[in-house]
Amino acid sequence: MSLDTRPLETEGAHSSRQRLRALVGGDLGLVPVLIALVALVVYFQVRNSVFLSAANVTNLFIQAVIYVFLGMAEVWLLLLGEIDLSLGWVAGMAGSIAAIVTNVQYAWPWWAAFAVALAVSAAIGALWGLFVVRLRLPSFIVTLAGNFIVEGVLLYILDHVFQGGGAPVQEKVLSDLTNGNLTPTWTWVFVVATVLVSTVVALSRERARRRAGLVNAPLYRLIVKLAVLAVFGVLLALVFNANRGSFIPIQGMPFAVPLVFGVMVLYSFVLARTKFGRYLYAIGGNPEAARRAGIPVDRYRVYAFLLGGLTAGIGGLFYVSRLGGYSSSSTDSTVVLYAVAAAVIGGTSLYGGRGKMTFPVVGGIILAVIINGLVLIQVSATMEFVVTGVVLLAAVTVDSLARRSQTLLK
Amino acid sequence: MSEPVTNESAAPSVTGSGASGDPAALLSLRAITKSFGAVQALRHVDLDIPAGQVTALIGDNGAGKSTLIKVIAGIHEPTSGEKYWLGQRVDAHTPRAAAELGIATVYQDLALCDNLDIVANMYLGYEATRRAVLDEVAMEVHTRQTLADLLVSTIQSVRQLVGSLSGGQRQAIAVARAVMRDAKLVIMDEPTAALGVTQTKNVLDLITALASRGIAVLVISHNLNDVFAVADRIAVMHLGTLVSSGPAANYDTARAVELITTGTTSRAA
Repeated sequence: MSLDTRPLETEGAHSSRQRLRALVGGDLGLVPVLIALVALVVYFQVRNSVFLSAANVTNLFIQAVIYVFLGMAEVWLLLLGEIDLSLGWVAGMAGSIAAIVTNVQYAWPWWAAFAVALAVSAAIGALWGLFVVRLRLPSFIVTLAGNFIVEGVLLYILDHVFQGGGAPVQEKVLSDLTNGNLTPTWTWVFVVATVLVSTVVALSRERARRRAGLVNAPLYRLIVKLAVLAVFGVLLALVFNANRGSFIPIQGMPFAVPLVFGVMVLYSFVLARTKFGRYLYAIGGNPEAARRAGIPVDRYRVYAFLLGGLTAGIGGLFYVSRLGGYSSSSTDSTVVLYAVAAAVIGGTSLYGGRGKMTFPVVGGIILAVIINGLVLIQVSATMEFVVTGVVLLAAVTVDSLARRSQTLLK
Repeated sequence: MSEPVTNESAAPSVTGSGASGDPAALLSLRAITKSFGAVQALRHVDLDIPAGQVTALIGDNGAGKSTLIKVIAGIHEPTSGEKYWLGQRVDAHTPRAAAELGIATVYQDLALCDNLDIVANMYLGYEATRRAVLDEVAMEVHTRQTLADLLVSTIQSVRQLVGSLSGGQRQAIAVARAVMRDAKLVIMDEPTAALGVTQTKNVLDLITALASRGIAVLVISHNLNDVFAVADRIAVMHLGTLVSSGPAANYDTARAVELITTGTTSRAA
């Protein structure tokens, strides 16, 4: 007995439709986005050869960090079909708190400051989540209102509670988040260890499947993936270890890179390998099915908002570290849109249920490449907004087409 | 209130069995009544659902079929009346309690997540884990085994997204999920409503396969051809009352149509 014995003549149409679905439906994963990234890099390098210099590439990665963290924060919400428009100011709030309490005036140890800053940002996120769940309000409106509230409270704190209207970073760990570097040796250790661990994990997974008699994806795909990772890692290590200082030598991978990588790996693990992550995808895909399967849907929504706030808070620590302080003139009403852009450019769906934590990493790097490159080829700052807007619009269009093709082809 | 009721029910018994549950049946309903305010959706329904057989529940729109399966599935609490599971009085008035007895319902919308693969859908809410990590290998092996047992053979890979499956395949996944959780009674609401000819046949074969595994199947259908193709027993509802039930051999299309439309029949069985 066979469950689907369609007439033979539709087979061809079926497979070409599947190919279309694979093309539009994001089954190619990050490949199209990576091609776009390479094209951008080539373009900017041709226009200005400074673009791929060691100093600029390092700078570019540091620039990307804030977009990557905010993008990852937004992915927690986008997976459920929700959004948090307050993440830019929540990040500013966390960064400011860390800068204020580690300031010489209060002199908290860095770990206590980080803990409080992240607790506050997570609590703010959870609060929006409770409003969305309890009162059945659209997250768009709740977090838009929240955006203004957090902005106002933060500016008040900066102007009144702390004298001088700003909080400079005066603590070494906070400053080192974006200004400190691994030694060249540790840079190599990190790259080699990452490639080795990835290989061991992939092979052991492969072996477990084979032992259970399950079909594996062709081995060459795994080899290609690992080879790309290794080549990319070695290139990065070479770039980071080149001397980029003009008077005193500056070398090594910025701390921010392994830190972002670590958070990405942890989040990816939670999403792909735990019940918690599985339930987030299920709720994003079909909340009613999730509810009938016994999943406490509302509680998971609040968790997602909490994780979004927490992750934005981490981003805020890096943000304030890079700016060297936070003042009432560090306006970031637009930064949240970069967060959404980073997530969506990478391939996260606005409609829920589709997205990975690797997406905002690639999306954030693309944003940094665009912003950094436009400055290098001396395009005016106003054009930066236009180009970023066009890229976001293109990403959302692809997302919408992917969704429509999925419903049409059913 | 878990002891069987021993006195005779005041309700007239259409099927002729006593007020306590028929021990031969997996599930027995006795004098089930359900009111929504002034509207009486079910009136004194007596029904026996035996294991290993397909019972078809037929009736016109508004006859009370959906209300009846929701009472069985624990979504609605009956206003009065009793349920017996293997002859024992039970109060399975929540979906969770009904599921623990072994009652699984496959609704028309199937409740599948299109963005997850077949394995993830089969295990949704019941994932296998090892030290808090999803045990994908075990889940995949068991999923393949369950689908093979149910003779579902056209699915290329259990790692396909459910959104890419055909209607019949989706139905098969929803049913297989129920079977994998050791369901003893599978309720299917209009399983063939949106399917083409071939896929309908496949789903009917699947229903037969379930019954041959000793599972009781309760099918709601409007399509009398489908009903006569798979049903061992037929129960007809009319305006909230179970007007007739018995072996499928006692019915033919003309008699079934008459019962559905008028609630009575002038024809001999």
